[in-house]
Amino acid sequence: MNLNKERMSARTVSHLKKGEKGIIKSFTDRAMSLKLLEMGCLPGCEVRLDAIAPFGDPICINVGGHYSLSLRLNEAAVIELE
Amino acid sequence: MKQGNIKVALVGNPNAGKSTLFNALTGMRQKTGNFPGVTVEKKSGTFRIAAANGHDDAHVTLVDLPGTYSIYPKSKDETVVMDILANPQHPDFPDVVVIVADASNLQRNLLLFTEINDLGIPSVLALNMLDVAESMNLTVNAVQLAMQLNVPVVRINARTGEGMKGLKEAVKQVVERTEKPALQYFYQPKDNEIGLINEVKEIHHLDNDYVALQYVCQHDNFSFLEQPVRARLDALIEKYGFDENNFLANETIARYEKIKPIVSKAVKSEGATEQPYWTRKLDSILLHRVWGYVTFALVLLVVFQAIFAWASYPMDMIDAGTAAAIEWVKGALPAGVLNDLITDGIMAGIGGIIIFIPQIAILFALVAILEESGYMARVMVIMDKLMRRFGLNGRSVVPLISGVACAVPAIMTTRSISSRYERLLTILVTPLMSCSARLPIYAILIAVVVPESKVLGIFNVQGLVLFGLYLLGLLGALGSAWLLSLFIPRKEPSYFMLEMPSYKLPRWGHVGFTMYESVKSFVLEAGKVIMAISIILWVLASYGPGDSMNVAEQQVVTSMHTAPQEEIDAAVASARLESSYAGQFGRFIEPVIRPIGYDWKIGIALLASFAAREVFVGTMATIYSISGDSEDVLTVKQRLIQEKNPETGGLMFTPAVCYSLLIFYVFAMMCMSTIAVVYRETHGWKWPLIQLAYLSTLAYVSAFVVYQVLS
Ligand SMILES: Nc1nc2c(ncn2[C@@H]2O[C@H](COP(=O)(O)OP(=O)(O)OP(=O)(O)O)[C@@H](O)[C@H]2O)c(=O)[nH]1
Ligand SMILES: [Mg+2]
Repeated sequence: MNLNKERMSARTVSHLKKGEKGIIKSFTDRAMSLKLLEMGCLPGCEVRLDAIAPFGDPICINVGGHYSLSLRLNEAAVIELE
Repeated sequence: MKQGNIKVALVGNPNAGKSTLFNALTGMRQKTGNFPGVTVEKKSGTFRIAAANGHDDAHVTLVDLPGTYSIYPKSKDETVVMDILANPQHPDFPDVVVIVADASNLQRNLLLFTEINDLGIPSVLALNMLDVAESMNLTVNAVQLAMQLNVPVVRINARTGEGMKGLKEAVKQVVERTEKPALQYFYQPKDNEIGLINEVKEIHHLDNDYVALQYVCQHDNFSFLEQPVRARLDALIEKYGFDENNFLANETIARYEKIKPIVSKAVKSEGATEQPYWTRKLDSILLHRVWGYVTFALVLLVVFQAIFAWASYPMDMIDAGTAAAIEWVKGALPAGVLNDLITDGIMAGIGGIIIFIPQIAILFALVAILEESGYMARVMVIMDKLMRRFGLNGRSVVPLISGVACAVPAIMTTRSISSRYERLLTILVTPLMSCSARLPIYAILIAVVVPESKVLGIFNVQGLVLFGLYLLGLLGALGSAWLLSLFIPRKEPSYFMLEMPSYKLPRWGHVGFTMYESVKSFVLEAGKVIMAISIILWVLASYGPGDSMNVAEQQVVTSMHTAPQEEIDAAVASARLESSYAGQFGRFIEPVIRPIGYDWKIGIALLASFAAREVFVGTMATIYSISGDSEDVLTVKQRLIQEKNPETGGLMFTPAVCYSLLIFYVFAMMCMSTIAVVYRETHGWKWPLIQLAYLSTLAYVSAFVVYQVLS
């Protein structure tokens, strides 16, 4: 797994617009990446932003078409996209 | 083969249907719900597997466990799983693990399967939620899966009970196996891990690489390892320069690399995989930026309308029924002390409780529907940001909402909150949510003080006041969380990350049963306490130290000898009560409660209600029936309305007193069971005592302000 700390400007899940898709590339936080991996957010997996809660946070993403996962924006910002 | 008792454990991802399966197999009624984190502790039950001709049936002890995404726990509830599975000496250590997998999301569910497999525990894979998979156009080939995973795979539907026979058969076959098949690890340790593994294996006499790795990574969670043993493991980690986080990430990724090809062979999909149609449609409204809150407000409105307006019809019927029953018993039994105890004390007390059956039933049914449908998970999402402002978590919504039913189970559900800090705050403020035991107190006082009129033609004023009290409780909870968060240091980061389950139609039988159970335990538990307290109170109120009661009576008679007989009787009854044990006790605490508007009689009820809040109404009934001289049967409400303040000669239950009492009960932590559960969940007296002191102060000060402003 490649941890990417230097390129902070990379596009992350928190940048997705509603309905937009992206492919997971890597994670920028160790602890959170462990939990995300266990929940099936793997590098190479396609995600799509499905819903944004009132006040813009948390968001719900669809993981690989299989299920819907709700994340806070700061958690979503940890997932870098290709 | 192993004879006699077989031990089986249910393990799987959160919300995969373990508890539903547990219920289907054992016939028990474990709590289920359509959101992750319903089960927070292990629960056991039993079932039998019928034997082929001539042999004895096999008895199985089944353990239902909290759901986990992996064997590495992330919150308090999840630790119990590995505490059992890593320790063969544990009394619940299973002969077979049944891994319940959500077939609509197989890849992720198999991660846990591969981990359990590597621990070397015999297992059976139960494919559940196949109907959901089907609605996503997925077909799962169980035979293919069984071949590739090298484990029995059974198709089940835990909700309808399909496949139970096959599952039992598979469990039996695994138990009866004469030789254990060679273990095929899904995760092969890296070269740099092997030295460490071998040393741990040798020290702890283990024969499994992966168990050894668990000793390395998780020994701090294992209650069966002593402190020096843990320290030695820490030293080994140091010696080999083992990087735990790196290992965990690599392990998970390596496992998925193995799982992916297996799943793509066994699961066929027609077209693109998508969540079920209705789940997508509903989420587009219920999680919408604007409509999300509008619908949530509507849901709350319906709940209150149901509890207050719809429940009033059956409640009126019960009220009339108990009054008639008391009247009848009073006439049927010979007059005397025993008659009074049974009718005015016990029957009035019980009547004051059963009248709330409709409201309790509706409340529990609605909470069950929220939980079963999957909406609860959406509420957590739309409330998370708000909750965070107050130091809580979106997940705190579950305890707060179920706290409206009862704080005790609500506080236990906090175990699924991963941050200890947020969990503690949630525990501390959950008792502020108005629980069902407060409903009788609210209802009676509202009936006394608020007129039965409508505003704007539709809103019942009494209903609005009730709504206001619930709202006050909620605001009190949020405000207190914020206040307490200023004093309690936050140590670890906070997570949300919540899986959204697909919507499911509530099972009406299950909702009905939840209703029945809650009513039953409410009536039985409250009934027992009320019965005991009524009798004790009756004795304490009927007898006084030495001759004090007769002395008091004599004084009244001599001082009032010119007054009409009726007035003398009333004054005598009151004087006797005042000089009884209960009266003297009430007198003793009166100075403390006087500033918030209560006299010694209310003081007695207040103290009695420390056992349980619902006792308040019954106690008031008992006290006022003893001190009253009226021969008519009066409901508690009528007694309260008629009660005179001996000092002013006016009404005792003025708006100031009623509102002061209402506010007091909104905030006060008057419940032994809640104190006990907080003690258990926080492992000590520190937090329950802080909580008790804080809530009592809050209640007293608020009641004081309300009383002084209104009077
Ligand atoms: N459609 C469908 N729903 C199911 C099936 N099995 C269980 N459910 C529903 O799934 C939801 C979750 O079930 P639970 O038994 O509470 O899940 P659990 O695995 O015990 O969950 P946790 O205790 O949170 O780990 C409930 O609403 C069940 O009614 C199934 O085969 N099909
Ligand atoms: Mg469960």
